[in-house]
Amino acid sequence: MLKRERVVLAGLAGLALVATAAFLGLNLRGDLAFALQLRGVRLLALVLVAVAVAASTVTFQTVTANRILTPAIMGLDALYAFGQTALVFGLGAYGFATLDPRLKFAGESALMLGMALALFLPLLRARMDVTLMLLSGVVLGVLFRSLSALVIRLVDPTAFAAIQGATFASFNVIRSDLLAIAGVVTVVSVAAIWRARHALDVLALGSDPATGLGLDWRRSAVGLLALTALLVAVSTALVGPVVFLGLFVVAVAERLVDTRRHTVLLPAAALVGVVILVGGQALLQHGLGGEGALGIVVEFLGGVVFLALLISEARR
Amino acid sequence: MIRIENVSLTRGGARILHDVSLTLPKGGLTALIGPNGAGKSSLLSLIARLQPLQTGRISVEGLPVDATPGRVLARTLAVLRQDPGVASRLRVRELVGFGRFPHSRGRLTPEDDAVVAATLDQFDLTPLKERFVETLSGGQRQRALIAMTVAQATDYLLLDEPLNNLDMRYARDLMRRLRARADAGRTIVAVLHDVNQAAAYADRIVALRDGRLVAMGAPAEIMTPETLDAVFGYRMRVVEVDGRPMALHHL
Repeated sequence: MLKRERVVLAGLAGLALVATAAFLGLNLRGDLAFALQLRGVRLLALVLVAVAVAASTVTFQTVTANRILTPAIMGLDALYAFGQTALVFGLGAYGFATLDPRLKFAGESALMLGMALALFLPLLRARMDVTLMLLSGVVLGVLFRSLSALVIRLVDPTAFAAIQGATFASFNVIRSDLLAIAGVVTVVSVAAIWRARHALDVLALGSDPATGLGLDWRRSAVGLLALTALLVAVSTALVGPVVFLGLFVVAVAERLVDTRRHTVLLPAAALVGVVILVGGQALLQHGLGGEGALGIVVEFLGGVVFLALLISEARR
Repeated sequence: MIRIENVSLTRGGARILHDVSLTLPKGGLTALIGPNGAGKSSLLSLIARLQPLQTGRISVEGLPVDATPGRVLARTLAVLRQDPGVASRLRVRELVGFGRFPHSRGRLTPEDDAVVAATLDQFDLTPLKERFVETLSGGQRQRALIAMTVAQATDYLLLDEPLNNLDMRYARDLMRRLRARADAGRTIVAVLHDVNQAAAYADRIVALRDGRLVAMGAPAEIMTPETLDAVFGYRMRVVEVDGRPMALHHL
């Protein structure tokens, strides 16, 4: 690891700690234990989302060999939301309501995993350029959102209420009932991605050089896409769809460490994610008094970065 | 030894390779020549298992390429295709370091570092080693990619148009280096566009046309107006310069 990379990582870790302390400590009053517990749960959720989004975006970008597309832009979270809707439709409101939320999460994740692999593997194998991938991502996103809308129109009012209840998650309404299972899935998936970090470096060279260097490209791509899908399921289940967070986090991290080596980029992206989500929430909540705005702010910044990347890519 | 038996390849309804059988002995430099669309690159990528084998069999050093684990094969055979277009933000040193991946799975040992440093030196890349690959010129990038393949330190080296983008000096340098490696007992197969490079440096020339094997032999046997006509479809003069055949293919 170069000196610069070490300095940046240490700096980011420090910032993340400061953000965490600010989030937990600012304006603390009333029953300390209660307030800390409340904030602790939210903090855990934000950290899980940050890590899941960062790791899934880095992995997805490496496997698809581009720096503009993210799982969210390719419509993966819309796919997850469609899975939720389809599950209510299939089971009925009663069946859905009586299911254990963790079982529901597992079912939705499995549904999404299957569909994600079925959809994206052919796209990957055809090795389309970024523009085509982007276009198909937009189309797929619209498709899933429209399918969800269609299903919502087909169901009766009780099922409609159940769907609303299942898909209401956002940064303001974090699904804390799913924290434990989300935590387990995140830790396992991120550990698997971390183990594959050197293979990811090689995969980034493209399928021919990676095969030449002894990687089974297809098997690695399938495995890594599956992990990406799981992590998207985690973040979407906890806080709902966030389109540009991953792109923003990874673009900032990559510029800070100035390398695409995953040993450095993965932790850097995760730390940037924590700083932005936790620090942003602390600042908005206690500094600016607009606690509901985190999602909007993140999407706004991410959208700007997305445009900037598109424009700079077009210039090259 | 590379053994190719009855290999055919069809892509999108078009026959790319037509029942090709061919055995290349261990050691030496083999040049694959032929007009555009002859199937040279396809044959090379089949040997290197970059695309799945449809019919026929290929083995390298006794290892069937479609059934041997990639990791094992990557320590026997290294391949470089035409400009793979490295998109990743990588330094030259890191790119060449990837050649060591089959040996150390990404954790470079001091031994790997020594190989990388020596290879960088060999290809005149040491002054460029901290540069990002995307900032290099076409020829510099080509040298870096060849260096990565060479750093893999395999007995078999497959190169698809390695002279692409190289100026005369580096093209000559590379051919001499490949010649030296072949003399040291390694097996090199290179797709070459310039028949004169092939004639000057190769031990044998394999000529393809329309997916079929047209001719195979020592440079002196292939470098005749008749054979070159059969391969490329026009007559060219072949002269002898310092005892070596040379085709005046541009006249």
